[in-house]
Amino acid sequence: MLPSLLVYGLINSVTLALTALGFSLTYGISRVANFAHGALYVLAGFSAWFFLNRFHLNYYLAALLAVVLISLTGAAIYRFALIRVRGMPLLEIIVTFALGTAALEALRYFGFLGSHYSLPPLFRGSVNLYGVPVDAQRIALVVIGGLLVFTLWLFTHHTRIGLAFRAIAQDEQAAMMLGIDSDVMAALSLAVGAALVGLAAIVVLPLGYIATESGSNILVSAIAVCILGGLESTAGVIVASLLIGYTQILTVAYLGPHYQMIVALLAILITLILKPSGLFGKQKELEERV
Amino acid sequence: MARRLERIDRPIKVLTEDIYALSSIRNMLYVAAPRLLPALILLLLPLFAPGAYFQRVFTLTAIYGLLALSWDFIALSTGLVSLGQALFFGIGAYLAALLNLYLGLPPFLTLALATVLGACICTALLAPCLPLKGIYFAMTTLVYPLLMARVIEATAIVGGTDGLVGVESFSDLWVERYFILIFLLASTFSLRRLITTDFGLVLRSISDNDQAVRASGINITLYKLIAVWIGSALGSFAGAYFTHLYMFVGLSAFSLDLSILPIACAVVGGIGTLAGPVLGAFILVPLAEMLRDLGTLRIVSYSLLLVALVLFKPEGIMSYLKRKYEQIERWMEV
Repeated sequence: MLPSLLVYGLINSVTLALTALGFSLTYGISRVANFAHGALYVLAGFSAWFFLNRFHLNYYLAALLAVVLISLTGAAIYRFALIRVRGMPLLEIIVTFALGTAALEALRYFGFLGSHYSLPPLFRGSVNLYGVPVDAQRIALVVIGGLLVFTLWLFTHHTRIGLAFRAIAQDEQAAMMLGIDSDVMAALSLAVGAALVGLAAIVVLPLGYIATESGSNILVSAIAVCILGGLESTAGVIVASLLIGYTQILTVAYLGPHYQMIVALLAILITLILKPSGLFGKQKELEERV
Repeated sequence: MARRLERIDRPIKVLTEDIYALSSIRNMLYVAAPRLLPALILLLLPLFAPGAYFQRVFTLTAIYGLLALSWDFIALSTGLVSLGQALFFGIGAYLAALLNLYLGLPPFLTLALATVLGACICTALLAPCLPLKGIYFAMTTLVYPLLMARVIEATAIVGGTDGLVGVESFSDLWVERYFILIFLLASTFSLRRLITTDFGLVLRSISDNDQAVRASGINITLYKLIAVWIGSALGSFAGAYFTHLYMFVGLSAFSLDLSILPIACAVVGGIGTLAGPVLGAFILVPLAEMLRDLGTLRIVSYSLLLVALVLFKPEGIMSYLKRKYEQIERWMEV
């Protein structure tokens, strides 16, 4: 029992971290809470499926195209909608949430629901880990998750755009004085955030099937991880996804599968009530509460 | 030749601002018309509605209007934006069903009890999050209804996923149609009155600058609690009424639609005007009924409309009408 809990807990945690990274990155840089996050995840899955089955493309090419498409969608959301309501958090939430809902419901209308659509696993076969059989796709997921965090760290610390991202996040006024365009960076941050969630969809979705219903679940778990870890902190995302991931696996093992979402929802509530800036949040206490 | 649009108050508007309003019938009508006319139209609507189906749509519209009013009151008075009106609605709906089914209370008693108890439960749930602001408060309220639905689903209490059926309906069809309309009118007008009193002044200033209010020695948490209590009482009433109307309550009482629709109504009607969201409901809900054939495409068009309005016309119908009614616009040469 224990080894399987440990292994599957880790896999669940990495899945959570993968889906939450994009949300955290976008919020950390541009202060936009992208409530279309779940919809982008589902859209990425369906566009990959479309490229694979309708255009009969190579798997890697289809995945790449899907990620690029989703990333462009993210940038377009900023360029054509969010730019007008920038700085008004409520309206940003309403706009992204309404756009996400519209996309999901449109997919539902055109019949993309149920368990008919799935992506084939990229890696087949299974491995025995300490007596626990784990299929290769899940191992690949953990490896890709680790690689992604490392790449993201390299990107934000050693490239021009990454450094500009961190500059905007630290002090927008000073960054603008140094010639960094805040709007371009915000659009890019949405693009990168969307690309991350698209990548997560490509890696995670082969384990199950693509369902429009999962959009809101993805959004809620991404928010749960980001709030518990502190919106904007990557270290927070990792620690929070480990915490929530293992708690979920434990409750599912001892209480039943229905409790998985309840753990995430309770994590949001308890964190917001006790310590709204989260475990690793750098926000000043005064900014968010009286 | 450069021009600019100049807006000045109509003479009659200035004249009717004080005691001179009583100086002629015309002045009195000018003050009374925007209040009496909508009320009259609202009360006459059920009489001229074509068929029982539209009667039901109007009742439903009034329920959603009440929910939108509750959203707007909380946003206007405390500056707190709730993304979880479904919490108020669902708590009221389940309380009414439970009181009716297990204690056998008649509908009007359950309505009153569900309103008061529901408001107390919602206020108690939201009390710890009241110091939060902006996006943090919005997220907490978004989570509560989802959590409620999941808990009911997981523990299978109060009917689980099947819901509770066989709730008693109203005895008389006309009572069912008019009670909600009168309640809606009464609460709209009394909230509009409340917001202009000294108590309302404190509430509105909390949304403008809570630290300044606090510095004046006023306990803002208490005021926020009262505002949330009033808002959630309206929401719970709407939920309880819905339960008795459909004789059923299920997990859909906590659904996300119920949280989005009031916001859409408020955006259409004009945020912070109290009457605006009600007007918005009377535009959006019948429109949604007409689009029912489109299936879920209805929600798509709805959401896109909401986005378009937020981006291009954030003012709202009510503010627009008020401006036209009170001011003259003319082009000035500069």
